[in-house]
Amino acid sequence: MTQATIESLAHDARKPLPGWAAHIAAPVVGGLIGLGIGVFLIVIAGADPLAAYAVMFQGAFGGARQIQETILKTAPLLIMGLGLSVAFRARVWNIGGEGQYYMGALVGGAIGLAFPGWPSPLLIPAMLVGGAAGGLLWALIAGLMKVRRGVSEIISTLMLNYIAILFVQYMARGPLQEPGGYLPESAQLVAAARLPTFFGTRIHLGVLIALVLIPLVFALIWSTPLGFRLRAVGERASVARYAGIQVERMILFALAFSGALAGLAGIIEVSTLHTRLKGEISGGYGFSGILVALLGRMHPLGVTVAALFFAALTIGAQSMHVVYGLPDALANAIQAIVVLSVLAVDALAHRR
Amino acid sequence: MDWSLILNWGFLIALATAGITLAVPVLLAALGEIVTERAGVLNLGLDGVMVAGGVAGFMAAFYLQNGPLAGISQWLGLAVGVLAGMLMGLILAVLTITLRADQVVAGVTLVVLGHGVGNYLYRQNIGTLTARTNGLPPLALPGLNRIPVLGEILFNKDGTVYLTAFLVFLVWFLLFRTTWGLKIRAVGENPAASDTSGINVNLTRYAATLIGTALAGLGGAVLTVVQLRMFREGIMGGRGWIALALVIFARWRPGLALAGALMFGLADAIQYRVQALSQIERGVGTIPYEFLLMLPYILTILVLLYRAGRGDAPEALGRPYVKGSD
Repeated sequence: MTQATIESLAHDARKPLPGWAAHIAAPVVGGLIGLGIGVFLIVIAGADPLAAYAVMFQGAFGGARQIQETILKTAPLLIMGLGLSVAFRARVWNIGGEGQYYMGALVGGAIGLAFPGWPSPLLIPAMLVGGAAGGLLWALIAGLMKVRRGVSEIISTLMLNYIAILFVQYMARGPLQEPGGYLPESAQLVAAARLPTFFGTRIHLGVLIALVLIPLVFALIWSTPLGFRLRAVGERASVARYAGIQVERMILFALAFSGALAGLAGIIEVSTLHTRLKGEISGGYGFSGILVALLGRMHPLGVTVAALFFAALTIGAQSMHVVYGLPDALANAIQAIVVLSVLAVDALAHRR
Repeated sequence: MDWSLILNWGFLIALATAGITLAVPVLLAALGEIVTERAGVLNLGLDGVMVAGGVAGFMAAFYLQNGPLAGISQWLGLAVGVLAGMLMGLILAVLTITLRADQVVAGVTLVVLGHGVGNYLYRQNIGTLTARTNGLPPLALPGLNRIPVLGEILFNKDGTVYLTAFLVFLVWFLLFRTTWGLKIRAVGENPAASDTSGINVNLTRYAATLIGTALAGLGGAVLTVVQLRMFREGIMGGRGWIALALVIFARWRPGLALAGALMFGLADAIQYRVQALSQIERGVGTIPYEFLLMLPYILTILVLLYRAGRGDAPEALGRPYVKGSD
């Protein structure tokens, strides 16, 4: 992608296109630039970029099993991205999704471990609610520090990430460790504590939850007074305050909502993928979720596409790692480059 | 825990010595960020810049230490770390200064870029976790190192510690005693007025961003090349974010950043030492190491709570400058 192409595309995005097309142009161009710079990163590693990308595509979409893996990876990214979209619309920069994910996993997982005798229809809702509550409360710490003391949520949520991860590590090798076990992890969750799966596949309730959240978040942002107030705070907090909106409440809500969804993603992953609490339950969703929300332009549909794209990159990079030995960190690198490119294209388009 | 193990001279001296060394990477990043933010640019990508400096510096030092340049390989590694940091700074500057993209979004994404590309390059080229650099030997300052207690704590360090001390002075001097520093601060406080009086706002901001990321890259490289002598994922441990908090704590002043960084270095040192002790002193009253590892992060939050809500931030911090507007 040459500079001239970018500029012309950016120019096209300026006026003559309808609004929705302009919104889509930049992410598409950004995606292409990201994959283009990925070619460079693969070449300096001495591999054939086209072949490597073919393997990536095959790995993500090449068959029923691959598509299933990609969908399973999409769900947590989508859930976190949707929550963050709501927060970012209010310009509340929750970058502590990782910590909220861990605390959700901890609370939900602890419920699952504590009540193995409960029937599934009771236990699973309890775990999901517990997971959301764990993430919500953890995010609310940063929220209270923000509204009471004016502490930047950017640094506080990030610091809370490290604390949450360390705390879960401690719980998993300490109080919650499997009785008689040697590894730093809890006992395995009983079958009743695992989210149900559908159609004989591994596609589980968490995927359904993610899908249901898409229209719900859409409605929240555009069809409720709350969504209007959140957007108003994001546009200009001082004006919103003047118009009688309680900005502090909106900040707290933005953090609570995005925290709850991050926690929900955490318990879903623990219930389905890890099946027990341990130190390493991260899927790196904390930061990927941020990029998904940004690339999806904080729009539920955009976030859905972005989550699918990032999930495919991640799953595809794993195949590429197996076949070519290229580090799968390439996925993260491409993701960041994509978002930076979109940022650049957007900025070029809006330059006066 | 047996407190006599902690409250004795030998232990306290060791603690102070380690604390000063551990303060260096975060102090360098904070110093750099002070210059950047004083010019009105918020670089939230600091942690990614440190990782870029750390991985590039480590790889350069590691590859060069067995070649003809072995004698200066560690310092060359640090220089490469500086350049890698500046490359990241250039990306940020183009995006936020020239293109006027959102500084928060650009910064956060820069973090993912640094970690992603850094981990990719390391795993692709070295991959093993056992690779070590040679590091730098301590450089005793003749005479001064003979001073009881202080000599051991302050004057028997590797060269980067003395360099950092000098850089604290240099940044202070640059910002508060040169016309160039005055320009940087003017651009950060009131870009429109600076523009009117003939200062090139964007050029000044580019320079401040590149200086800032050079220092952050150096900080990352000091950690990997000299101190831990290794690289692995997550090795920066959020030091870039801690440095951002330090800048707020220090009210954008180099001297206070030094004080704050020493506090963090000490917390880090305590954490390492008490961990080591807990392992010897198994049993009675030992603190789980996870809680010790939390210390720097909890300290950061406390510092933010203490400092929050008080002004002193450069007036135009985080806002791009558009000619003809204010």
